[in-house]
Amino acid sequence: MLFAVLLPFIASIFIPFLARMKNRIHTGIFVTLIPLIVFLYFIQFIGTGFQPVTRSYTWIPSLNMNMNFYLDGLSLLFVLLISGIGTLVAFYSIYYLHKSEQLGNFYVYFLIFMGSMLGVVLSDNVFVLYSFWEFTSLSSFLLIGYWNHRRGSRYGSLKSLLITVFGGLSMLGSLVFMSVITNTTSIQQMIAQKSIILNHEFFPLILGLLLLGAFTKSAQFPFHIWLPDAMEAPTPVSAYLHSATMVKAGIYLVARYIPIFAESEWFFVVVSGFGIITLMWASYMAVRQTDLKGILAFSTISQLGMIMAMLGFGTKAAIFGAVFHILNHATFKGSLFMVAGIVDHETGSRDIRKLGGLMTFMPITATLAVLATFSMAGFPLPFLNGFYSKEMFFGATLEFEATSNALAAYLQQVLPYLAVFGSIFTFVYSMYFFFGTFRGKANVSELPKKPHEAPIGMLISPAILVLGVIVIGLFPELINKPFISHAAASIYGGDVDKHIYFWHGINLPLIMSMAVLAFGTILVLTRTKWEPIYRFIPGPLSMNKVYDGLVKRAETYSEKITKGYMNGSLGRYFRLILSAILIVTFGFMISTGGFTFSMENTAEFTAIELLVAIMMVVAAAGTIVANNRVAAIIILGVVGYGLSILFVIYRAPDLALTQLIVETVTVALFLMTFNHLPKLEVRQQPWSTKALNLIISLGFGTLMTLVAISSHSSKWFESISTYFIENSYKLGGGDNIVNVILVDMRGLDTLFEITVLGIAALGIFGMIKLRKNKKGDV
Amino acid sequence: MEIIMSIVAGLLFTTGVYNLLQKQLLRIAIGTALISHGAHLFILTMGGLKGGAPPILVEGIEHYTDPLPQALILTSIVISFGVTSFLLVLAYRASEANGTDNIEQLRGNDYE
Repeated sequence: MLFAVLLPFIASIFIPFLARMKNRIHTGIFVTLIPLIVFLYFIQFIGTGFQPVTRSYTWIPSLNMNMNFYLDGLSLLFVLLISGIGTLVAFYSIYYLHKSEQLGNFYVYFLIFMGSMLGVVLSDNVFVLYSFWEFTSLSSFLLIGYWNHRRGSRYGSLKSLLITVFGGLSMLGSLVFMSVITNTTSIQQMIAQKSIILNHEFFPLILGLLLLGAFTKSAQFPFHIWLPDAMEAPTPVSAYLHSATMVKAGIYLVARYIPIFAESEWFFVVVSGFGIITLMWASYMAVRQTDLKGILAFSTISQLGMIMAMLGFGTKAAIFGAVFHILNHATFKGSLFMVAGIVDHETGSRDIRKLGGLMTFMPITATLAVLATFSMAGFPLPFLNGFYSKEMFFGATLEFEATSNALAAYLQQVLPYLAVFGSIFTFVYSMYFFFGTFRGKANVSELPKKPHEAPIGMLISPAILVLGVIVIGLFPELINKPFISHAAASIYGGDVDKHIYFWHGINLPLIMSMAVLAFGTILVLTRTKWEPIYRFIPGPLSMNKVYDGLVKRAETYSEKITKGYMNGSLGRYFRLILSAILIVTFGFMISTGGFTFSMENTAEFTAIELLVAIMMVVAAAGTIVANNRVAAIIILGVVGYGLSILFVIYRAPDLALTQLIVETVTVALFLMTFNHLPKLEVRQQPWSTKALNLIISLGFGTLMTLVAISSHSSKWFESISTYFIENSYKLGGGDNIVNVILVDMRGLDTLFEITVLGIAALGIFGMIKLRKNKKGDV
Repeated sequence: MEIIMSIVAGLLFTTGVYNLLQKQLLRIAIGTALISHGAHLFILTMGGLKGGAPPILVEGIEHYTDPLPQALILTSIVISFGVTSFLLVLAYRASEANGTDNIEQLRGNDYE
C-alpha cells in the first residue's frame, strides 16, 4: 500500500526525462499507466466482505509521525475515485494538451497531486495527513498557474493558495489540539477517545478550526470564491482536482471526523447551515455565468454544499445519500468538464453567448452532454444516477431526530424548502448549460474555429464516465452492497443497510422533485425576463471584493513597513544591526547572570604597558577628530604599532612581527589610495545623529569590555592549550608552537585563509584593471 | 592588567564603531581597521596575559603562554589585512566611478 501511494511520486522523478522525447511519444501515455496500476491494485478490495485494512511503516518514530495507512470503505471510495478519474483524465489530457506545451511540468505536478491526494485519504496519522493535504494545495497552485503567462492564471493560483493554506493551517491547529488532549496521532484512536474531545473546554475551537480547513478546501460559502478563479487551469485539471477529487478532501475530512463530532448539535447547525447556504448561493450564481467552465465551477460548489449539508444531518439515510452523491457527482461532473474542454478545444470559445447549435456539428459530444446534464439536474429518469441521490437528499431533509437546540430545530424546519429552492436553480443551470451550448441557432462565423467533432481519443474518457452514469442509474444495487454501503458504514459507525429504488411510490420527496421540475422549467423558459435580476444580485455583496481588499491592504501595509526601515541608507542599517546586537546580547547576559568580575589570576601591572595603552587610546580617539586624511592614516598607524608593542610585551613574538609588517603595508596602502579619495569633510551632522552614534559606539565598547572581563573571570572548563604544548614537537616536529598549530594541526584553516587572501587579491586586481569601455558596459 | 587591557579593547571598539557610522568611505575603512585591532587585543586578553614564557619550546621551561589565541590572532591579522586592502580599493573605485565617497549618496536606485 505504501508503494501505491509512493508510486506517483517515484514516477514524477522520471517524467522530466520522458518529456524530452515528447515529440515521439506523448508523455501522457506513460502517466496514464500510473493511476491505472493504482486503480487495479485497489479495485481488488471491493466486495461484500470488505474489512478495513491497516498498514504501518515507520517514518519519524521520535515525533510519532509514521506512515500508518488505514483503508476502510470511505478511503476505498476516495482512492478509487482518485485513481479511476485520474486514469481517465490523464488519458484525456493526451489529446487536450499539445506536444508544444511544457508537458514535463504538467505531468510532474499532476503526479505529485495524485500521490498526495492518495496520502490524504489513506493516512491515519493526522500529521502525515496534514503534510499530504498541503501538498495537494501546492500542486493545485502550480496546476492553476500552469499557463503562467496569463494574468488570470496567476491571480487564480495565488487566490486558491492563500485561501486553502489559510484553512490548512487552521486545520493543523485543530489537529494539534486533538492530538495533545488525546495523546495520540492516530485518527482511529482519537475516535476511540471521543468523549475526551467532546467534553474538552476547547471543543468549540477544535470543531471550528477543523471545519475552517474543510470549508476552505471544499469551497464552502464564503470561501468558495477561489474555485471559479481556479478554472484558469487546463480543463483536465479542472475536471480532476477542482471537481472530482481535491475539493472533496474537505468532505472527506468532515466525513472522517463525523464519528467524533456528530454528537454535538452545533456540528449539525454549522455544517448543514453552511452547506445549504452554499448550495443555494452557488446554484443561483451558476445561472449568471457566461463561461462554460464558470457554470461548472459554481455548479461544483453547490453540489459540494449539498454533500456537506447531508453529512451535517448525520442520519443514516443522509450519510448514505452523501456517499452515493460523491460517486455520482464525480461521474457526471467529470464528464461535463471534459465536454466543456472539448467544446473549447474544437470551437476556440467557452463563452455560452457565442456558442449554440453545436449539436449538428458535434453529435457525440452533445449526446454525452445531454445525459450528464440531465443527471446533474436530477431529472426523474430510471437510467440517470443523479436523480437517485437528489431524491435521497430530499428524503433526508424530511427525517430528523428531535433536537433540544432551538436553532437546530428551526433549521430542520426550513431545510426542505431551502433544498427545493437550491435544486430549482440546479435544474436551471443544467438546462442552460446544455441548451445554450448545443441547441438554438448556430453562429459559426463568430467562433474562432470552425466547429467539428472531437477526435475519438478525446471522447473516450467522458464516454466512460457517462457510461458510469447510466450503469449506476440502471443497476444501482450493483455498487451498493460491495462498495457504497461500506463507505457509509465507516462514516456512520454501524451497518448501513439501504436499498436504492427508482420508484418509491408517490411520497413527499417525489413531490419535491416534481416541484423542482415544474418551477425549473418555467424559469428556463422565461429566462430572458429574469436577466435583470441575475445581473443586479449580488453586485457589491460579492466575497471577491472582500478578498481583493484584504490582499491589497496586506500588500500596501507590508510595503509601508518594509520601506519604513529599509530606506537604502547604509548608515541606518548599521545602526539598526548594532542596536539589535546590543539589545540582544545585553539582555541575554543580564538575564542569565553572565557578567562576572574577578581580580584573580591577573597579570601584574607595569607602567610601560599602561603607557602604550594610553598612547593607543589617544591615537584611536584622534582618528575621529582628525580632519586631515594623512593625519588620520598616520594616527591609525600609531594604534597598529602600539598593538605590536603590546604583542612583544605579552610574549607573542610571531604576532608582533606579523603585525609590524601588516601595519606597514596597510599604512602604505592607505597612503597610496588616499590621494584618490575626496578630502575628509568637516562633519556637519545634526547634533542628534552624533549623540546617537556616540551612544551606540559607547554601548558596543562597554559590551565588549564586559564580555572580555567576564570571560577572563569565569573558568568553565580546562584550557585545551596543554594538548598543543605537549604535542607540538611530538606530532609536528616544531619548537614554535604557534607555527605548528597554523601549518600543521590547523593546516586546513590556514589553507582557507590563503584562499581568502587570494580572492581578495583577485578582487583588487579586477577592480583596478577592469574599466568601463566607451559604451558603458563593464 | 587584564582589566585595563579589556577596557583598551573596548575603547578601540568604541572608536572603530563610531568611525564605521560615519558617511565617508575612508573613515569606514579606518573604522574596520580599528575594530580588528580591538578584536585582536580582545582575544589575547581573554586567553590570559603573561602566563609563562613565549610559546617556543626550550628545554627546561615548563610554563608557556597560551599558544592557541596567538594562532587565532595570527590568522585574523592576515585576514583583516585582506579585508582592509579590499575595502580601500573598493572605496577608491567607488568614489572614482560615482564622483563621491559619501555612502548616503551611494544608495542604489529607489525601489521601482
